[in-house]
Amino acid sequence: MSKQEQHWEKSKGLLMVTLAIWFVFSIGIFLFGAEMNEVTGPFGYPLTYWFTCQGSLGIFVILIFWFANRQEKIDEEFGFSERGDD
Amino acid sequence: MIKGNFIDNLPKVYGIYTGGFLAFIIIMSIGEQMGMTAKVIGICFVAFTVAIYAIIGYLSRTAQADAYYVAGRQVPTVFNGMATAADWMSGASFVAMAGGIYFKGYGYMALLVGWTGGYVLVASLLAPYLRKFGCYTVPDFIGTRYGGNLSRFMAVVVLTVASFTYVTAQINATGTIASVALDIPFQYAVYVGLVSILLCSMLGGMRGVTWTQVAQYIVLIIAYLLPVFWISNKMGAGFFPHFMLADEVSRIAELEAQFGFVKNSAENLKEVPKGLAGITKAHSAVNATPWAFISLALAMMMGTASLPHVMMRYFTTPSVKAARKSVGWSLFFIFLLYSSAPMLATLSKLSLIDPSLPTGIIGKSISEVQAIDWYQNWNQANLMFVSDFNGNGTLELNEFFMGGKAVVLATPEIAGLPYVISGLVAAGGMAAAMSTADGLILAIANAISHDVYYKIIDPKAETAKRLVVARVLLVVIGFAGATIAALEIQGILGSVIWAFDFAMSGLFFPLVLGVWWKRANKEGAIAGMFLGLVSGAAYLVWVRTGGSGFLGITQLTFGIFGSAVSLVAMVVVSLMTQAPNAATQRMVDEVRVPAGKSILGKQH
Repeated sequence: MSKQEQHWEKSKGLLMVTLAIWFVFSIGIFLFGAEMNEVTGPFGYPLTYWFTCQGSLGIFVILIFWFANRQEKIDEEFGFSERGDD
Repeated sequence: MIKGNFIDNLPKVYGIYTGGFLAFIIIMSIGEQMGMTAKVIGICFVAFTVAIYAIIGYLSRTAQADAYYVAGRQVPTVFNGMATAADWMSGASFVAMAGGIYFKGYGYMALLVGWTGGYVLVASLLAPYLRKFGCYTVPDFIGTRYGGNLSRFMAVVVLTVASFTYVTAQINATGTIASVALDIPFQYAVYVGLVSILLCSMLGGMRGVTWTQVAQYIVLIIAYLLPVFWISNKMGAGFFPHFMLADEVSRIAELEAQFGFVKNSAENLKEVPKGLAGITKAHSAVNATPWAFISLALAMMMGTASLPHVMMRYFTTPSVKAARKSVGWSLFFIFLLYSSAPMLATLSKLSLIDPSLPTGIIGKSISEVQAIDWYQNWNQANLMFVSDFNGNGTLELNEFFMGGKAVVLATPEIAGLPYVISGLVAAGGMAAAMSTADGLILAIANAISHDVYYKIIDPKAETAKRLVVARVLLVVIGFAGATIAALEIQGILGSVIWAFDFAMSGLFFPLVLGVWWKRANKEGAIAGMFLGLVSGAAYLVWVRTGGSGFLGITQLTFGIFGSAVSLVAMVVVSLMTQAPNAATQRMVDEVRVPAGKSILGKQH
């Protein structure tokens, strides 16, 4: 496999992980919204309510930064990262 | 004070700007103490902020194509994040979101999840790759990746339909705020709003819009957060509302159980002015089916990833790496406002319905409520209404009606905050609506001037001529939007959601598969865009004219149907026709690697 193909395989792997986490917190948990709301979540809010106000939103922010860092590592590993700017 | 390169000095420039704005707020509050009227304060706030944006717009003027279309590709990540957040958060987010949460609770919160979750798709599926491509506009990517004028033109059509639906709502919002703050009729206020919008974008294109959007973000976030924190502290609900409102949320649930949701008869509801609603849904309980919630969130997420005015902000970063990070910053800045909206809704609702609070009106006698100053003001503005349906003389939960906008606009006054806050909120709403309108009008005008005029009609045009065409189109599209907005056809929020559905119907899969599926070809993309847009629009018309719909897809989520048709059409037609040629395949390979030159040159 060429260097470029390996890089793309790894990038696809990262995409799958990212989308899986995204799926859980944007869709997955809301399949059980009513049940989850019986539980008390962080700061004492009902759990589903908390996810819709803060939880899922905050997780998305962290997820994107995590994804960006991982992708940068992958790019560096194969020598595909850009130089000199940020 | 400021030396050297503008870009290096950005933190300093905007630091001074923020300090100046805070000083202005303090001066206004001193003015209020000294007897300035609410009206004068409102005019000062709107006029002062709009004048600043106009100055920034003037200073950003340019005669270069890459500065006009992509701000010279040198916007640092954090500032691009702020600009995107302002671009993204519209008048609807600012004025209507807390109201939506207030009235509809959980069912509405799907929009919060959708409008933030979409950025994960932007960051992982599209933005870095389109940045590497080096395009000026979204149709530029479609046209070069798939080849041919027809695919480029179809992309312009989808972009125009989606963005134009959206922009009328934004011009409408600027008009509403300008008419209230400046006290002029709405029909004229719309054009005042339009002129303010054009001042930011006409001379500098994307460069002007970028630096005004950063300034607008600073105004709108201060205008949103300051009242939320102030009200929370004043009510004794908590120093940091986001972490401390659990008691208030459970108190609302308790009161809801105590009052019950009494259904009003149709006859009684006829009395209620149009656009006002009562509290009929639980605040924090799950009040929608999983599919109703998930389908709305999904439609908004895919729509986010397809809206060109957001995507094109990531063309302005210096590198692919910066584009990815910048998406994270965008969402962080959006998160600051979105996570505050539910808190504002909670504070607003509790302060009105809790009889044990001095501001609570439920349980008071009707005549007592009608004598309250703020009630009279907002009743006159057609945003509040009470009526004694059951004739017992006291106000019940089901006898109190309010407009969605009132949650943001009236809560500061109800909580007893000074007028200066109301002026600040007006300036914030204006900033939110203007920044989004600018992004949208620029997206449409750039697509038509670059993709239709330069790439299809007159590829030999000089830069100067191209930029004249771009500016003329900007004005024409702005006026068309304002004219339609002046007709006041539909509400702000409805048309915003439709824009997402149109965008995802026509553009989501052609964009995503363009990067992630090498086999996707021109014929497939054209079929995907055309059939996606047409079937989505047809579904909307069908449901609007009394059709029953299927699979629980409503007029707010018709994009799910449109994009499904688009996906199937694109895959089937691509596989039935020839694979893209070797050059195109190589181009896709190159897009997937961040290093190296962009596909399209710096000037193209």
